[in-house]
Amino acid sequence: MDVDLTCVRPYGDTKNDGKVQLSFTLPLPASKESQEAAKRLAEAMGMKNPEAVHMQDLGESFSFHVLYGPVSHSVDASSIHVAEVEHPVMDFYATNAYIAEKLQRTIRVVGACTGNDAHTVGLDAIMNMKGYAGEYGLERYSGFETRNLGSQVPNEELIAQALDMKADAILVSQVVTQKDTHIHNLTALTELLEAEEIRDDFLLVVGGPRINHALALELGFDAGFGAGTLPYHVASYIAQAIVEREKHL
Amino acid sequence: MMQLDMDEDLVRRCHSSAQQIADGVMERIHGQTTDSVERTILRLLGIDGVDASNVPLPNVLVNQIREAGKLQDGAFHILGNAVVATGRTPQELALAVGEKELSITTFPEVEKQTQQRALAEFLDAGVQRILTTKSKRERHIQQLGEGPKPWLYVIVATGNIYEDARQAKAAAHQGADVVAVIRSTAQSLLDYVPFGPTTEGFGGTYATQENFRIMRRALDEAGEERGRYVRLVNYASGLCMPEIAVMGAMEGLDMMLNDAMYGILFRDIAIHRTLIDQHFSRIINGYANIIINTGEDNYLTTADAVTEGHTVLASQFINQELAHRSGMPDELIGLGHAFEINPQIENGFLLELASAQLVRQLFPHCPIKYMPPTKYMNGNIFRGHIQDALFNLVGITTNQSIQLLGMMTEAIHTPFVQDRALSLENARYVMNNARALGEELQFQPGGKIQSHAHDLLSRATTMLENLAEQGLEHALEEGLFAGIKRPLRGGKGHQGVVRCSDKYQNPFMEIFSGRMAVHGR
Repeated sequence: MDVDLTCVRPYGDTKNDGKVQLSFTLPLPASKESQEAAKRLAEAMGMKNPEAVHMQDLGESFSFHVLYGPVSHSVDASSIHVAEVEHPVMDFYATNAYIAEKLQRTIRVVGACTGNDAHTVGLDAIMNMKGYAGEYGLERYSGFETRNLGSQVPNEELIAQALDMKADAILVSQVVTQKDTHIHNLTALTELLEAEEIRDDFLLVVGGPRINHALALELGFDAGFGAGTLPYHVASYIAQAIVEREKHL
Repeated sequence: MMQLDMDEDLVRRCHSSAQQIADGVMERIHGQTTDSVERTILRLLGIDGVDASNVPLPNVLVNQIREAGKLQDGAFHILGNAVVATGRTPQELALAVGEKELSITTFPEVEKQTQQRALAEFLDAGVQRILTTKSKRERHIQQLGEGPKPWLYVIVATGNIYEDARQAKAAAHQGADVVAVIRSTAQSLLDYVPFGPTTEGFGGTYATQENFRIMRRALDEAGEERGRYVRLVNYASGLCMPEIAVMGAMEGLDMMLNDAMYGILFRDIAIHRTLIDQHFSRIINGYANIIINTGEDNYLTTADAVTEGHTVLASQFINQELAHRSGMPDELIGLGHAFEINPQIENGFLLELASAQLVRQLFPHCPIKYMPPTKYMNGNIFRGHIQDALFNLVGITTNQSIQLLGMMTEAIHTPFVQDRALSLENARYVMNNARALGEELQFQPGGKIQSHAHDLLSRATTMLENLAEQGLEHALEEGLFAGIKRPLRGGKGHQGVVRCSDKYQNPFMEIFSGRMAVHGR
């Protein structure tokens, strides 16, 4: 298909028709007026002649709306570059072999869900022996020595544990992002490390469903991993990053 | 009628091992109390409110008793002495301690019976408050009626109790039978219960007594409008387990998440601390007719639902037995399990059907709580909505009691108003359409469903028999549940446990378990 990358529009059933679907709740009871309000909102969002296909009263003066329509906007996709972890991905065996060959020692990793975050699913998926989706976690790698601190770990405690085990890398998992609590937690960690003048002693990695590499860099981390990350993605990145750091020493 | 052919000998062996395990636990926690048990006693004696720096008065008192090295004598003993010596009420004394005008531990010691007489009127008032709430609930249910089972259970989690109340009423309008207010994410590790109405929280709303009252009022209003009683749920879990149980009993909550195993595994709370707390909190819940929800479903968020499904069963047998030891009847023991098999597995639906039916048959009188897919919800809300529909189909076919509805936006955010509405619509559609399906089906003898169920049960039997030999604590140390290891001498709140002296008494324990009559009645 011939697409003009400088002017990309949504594809419904015809090239460049710009069709999108949109659904939301308004704090208005279901009525002709609230449906019109939903349409006007869609128009203000850039939809031309939106079609309100469904409205439902949700009680307590709430109504739910589903709309379809063409957006008038387009994007220039030719100029987009998304920051990503750029190291080649190696599997479990290759990563272990790589560490054995390049370092002749194990890499020490400490991981935690910091602050109030009690959701260890992501951290466990990456660190636990069993791993996730059939991929072993870091604990299983011969090349890694790990310490999984679990949930709701204060940043101070994480740093203390990292120093105690002489960690090469610190792995932070953040799932709860309500009211940007993850931003505060992550910023606080880098600030604490900087205040102690030990920021550069560790490779700092963060993961979570709302995390991406660009955000991680912005917050002073070395890398960020988002939804869909498997243990070997993190493992092979850490292995290569640590080898590079040793070269520079 | 759909029935699995279960090996009754295995079932018997599971129960008998669970009894042995529970015996061991009860023996090891016997004769000990905790900070939170003592604070619960103070709350039952009418102490409430906070001091100038917002510390709850029950904490102020217990801290003072602990610092004086007298916690082993118990709060009832200390307060009894103080009331006898001063003639002031428990609340007056607590306020004075809060103002730093008084040291509660310095009064002359009197006989146990004298303490009981001095506190009788306050003790009665505390018990009476629970009984009044209980009969009010019974009246309400009788007048309004309730929805058919499975009850449709949704959560609200805005952080602001007033928003929660409005959304809960909307959910009742959309067909919810049960509304749970998710707690702010760190609350399980707070060693106090926050005070007053709250409007800020992370991933949920603080459990406070005032927040309980606000929600109860909202659901009562919604129930009357809809002509159907709507149940309210919160969490008697974490470090303040029994305190929250008593607040719920006073304010008319209907269900409480209450599971020491969950706290141990997922919050790293000290093993014996929380088992002691759990025992008293279950005695309270039982007395107040509050259904508990256990958290076995959570094991499958970290462990695989096919290979580790039997650990859920094993834990349910133990949890049921521990609840019996706290005097709870099966009708109040809402054992938890979940629909968490990888949706990519061929015939995964059959395996879900097998395990849900097995749990139903193993615990026929328990209000089983069935939890929705969370682990394999990946942001594709459209597939997620279908996963939830299959979950609802298993729920209605296997006759679950409490169906916690899945949200298509699981793993994205706390539910939006429309997420909850669509989810309720999904459940109502599926359950209405397939209401009698379970009565029409039979399982193929020796087929996939029957075999999986048998396999689960026999593996649970082996696990329980091992546990019976080793003891529950050892299993926790070995990481046999959810793949998480917890040492016996560690965890949060372990310093809050103390062995009772011979001066110790907790008459509420006796009254609630029916071993002592209420004074004057």
